[in-house]
Amino acid sequence: MKGGSKRPNMEKSHQLHFLEYRTLFFIFLLLLMFTGITVGVSYIDLGRLNVWVSLLIASIKGSLVLLFFMHMKYEGRTLILSFLGTIFFLFIMISFTFWDVSFR
Amino acid sequence: MKIQYKGIRSWLLTMDHKRIAILYLFSILFWFLLAVLIGGLLRFELMFRGQTILSAELYNSAFTLHGVIMIFLFIIPGIPAIFGNFFLPIQIGTDDVYFPRLNLLSWYLYMAGGGIAIVSLFSSGFPDTGWTFYVPFSISTKTNVSTAVFAAFVLGMASMLTGLNFITTIHRMRHKDMGWMQIPLFTWSLYATSWVQLLATPVISITLLLVIIERYFNVGLFDPAKGGDPILYQHLFWMYSHPAVYIMILPGMGVISEIIPVFARKSIFGYKAIVASSMAIAIAGSLVWAHHMYTSGMSDTAIFVFSLLTFVVAIPSAIKVFSWVSTLYKGSIQMTPPLFLALCFIYLFSVGGLTGLVLGAVGPDIHVHDTHFVVSHFHFTMFGGTGFAFFAALHYWWPKMFGRMYDFKKAYIGAILLTGGFMFHYVPMFILGLQGLPRRYFDYLPQYETGNFYAGFGAAFMIVGIFLMVINLLSSLKKEKDASSDPWGGTTLEWQTPSPPPLHNFITEPEILAYPYDFSGVVERYSKDDKGE
Repeated sequence: MKGGSKRPNMEKSHQLHFLEYRTLFFIFLLLLMFTGITVGVSYIDLGRLNVWVSLLIASIKGSLVLLFFMHMKYEGRTLILSFLGTIFFLFIMISFTFWDVSFR
Repeated sequence: MKIQYKGIRSWLLTMDHKRIAILYLFSILFWFLLAVLIGGLLRFELMFRGQTILSAELYNSAFTLHGVIMIFLFIIPGIPAIFGNFFLPIQIGTDDVYFPRLNLLSWYLYMAGGGIAIVSLFSSGFPDTGWTFYVPFSISTKTNVSTAVFAAFVLGMASMLTGLNFITTIHRMRHKDMGWMQIPLFTWSLYATSWVQLLATPVISITLLLVIIERYFNVGLFDPAKGGDPILYQHLFWMYSHPAVYIMILPGMGVISEIIPVFARKSIFGYKAIVASSMAIAIAGSLVWAHHMYTSGMSDTAIFVFSLLTFVVAIPSAIKVFSWVSTLYKGSIQMTPPLFLALCFIYLFSVGGLTGLVLGAVGPDIHVHDTHFVVSHFHFTMFGGTGFAFFAALHYWWPKMFGRMYDFKKAYIGAILLTGGFMFHYVPMFILGLQGLPRRYFDYLPQYETGNFYAGFGAAFMIVGIFLMVINLLSSLKKEKDASSDPWGGTTLEWQTPSPPPLHNFITEPEILAYPYDFSGVVERYSKDDKGE
């Protein structure tokens, strides 16, 4: 007895992706800009929001690197879901620790 | 193109997943038997009050060594590195793992980790911290903690690379006719395990490096006087080490899901529920780490949340136990050593799981925390569970791996000694724990003497049983090859290839069943044999 559903074709993620220098340079400028913002924000006291703002900026920068420099934007669904899984896991580990730290 | 080597180089430079699995088998067996003997020494020391054979310092190092070897060198890599490496590619109908070189590198990292652990033994003393390396003691003790945690760091690398390799292999190299719901349950369990290995192991790696940094540079990460937090170490440690117990048990559950239907000659009950529960255990098991820390001074809110989540993770484990028992119901059961060990697994693991709920509930946990009750509980799950699954897998797949059948009678005697000894060994520990005997203590009060004596007695039976089973298996290697390609009547793809399988696994194109546990062909074949057709 043979049969069953065939697995989805994942070959498309094997295609090469060439990004124009212009795009890459634009992302580079964005990263520099966000670095500037990080430095700028460090001079402003936002109270409890200090850490969250810094984390937000760092996350945006990390996302840009992943999406463009590491080609995640052009990958197949499996890789993107796998990556989001790791982010979810990290989120759980950091946030669940605050069940303890925030309520001591 | 693969280069063909001969002699020792054909093993040390092999990229064949089956040979790498056998390399793992013998190296892991060496460490396991060593740690069994160290465990035996510990129990012999505890059989009588006062010093018997080990000094207090040596006792502390011995239980640390027993824990480190059993956890990092046996139970975490055990089933995935040996049976996963050997059978995962075959079960999905392919010729190797996706990254064969990385696979060999994982084995070398494993060996390097073991070597570093040995080095730490002979240089300023093996740590006396227990396998948990809790701060502040691990930072202040004079023993060689840095080398031992570095060994665990290297072993973690091996574990992560194996996980990465398995995930990629399952996604990329499945037979073109094999959909997700046609993957055998052992492979499914390895898939769930691999994700946990890949995601959780970096946490322990970083944490162990932090311990080394603290020992050398005294930064104060875990020191309240410098703004650090000692409980942070426990959070980081258990963020890995609790999911790690699922790294240990999930592949074992996969083994049992393979064995039960084969010897019940009946399709597994609830295939999809078992798949879903494997993934649910992988996810939910990552949310419960702080249930090891109820008495650490953690906030009450955290205790409430983690206790609640701990009860949630019991559900998918119970689904599996229910499915295995339901598979046996109205099956045509054929008793063999692997099935016997699998049945023992179900019983012992259930006891381990249920006593886990005693510990997961805060009230009773406060009373039995850090007592022998906890020691008994995790040995029921990890040894009665994963250890028995390991032996069940060894007896189930041995004829396939080496082409030789072993002596059933000796296997049964070994398994019965192991199981009987196990009960004699660990049940008294539950009682001792409830009576208040703390774990990791070198000596105890007179009221604990009888329980400790019985436990030591059981340990002796267990050790004899383990060695008998291993010697029985090894002695089968002296025989001529006598195992057929399918000695048990299995349906998964490893039973479609010769025993042992050839270099590229399959001689003819494997036939993928629409449902991996369809026993109609097997039942037909065996009924013909019975009629002498």
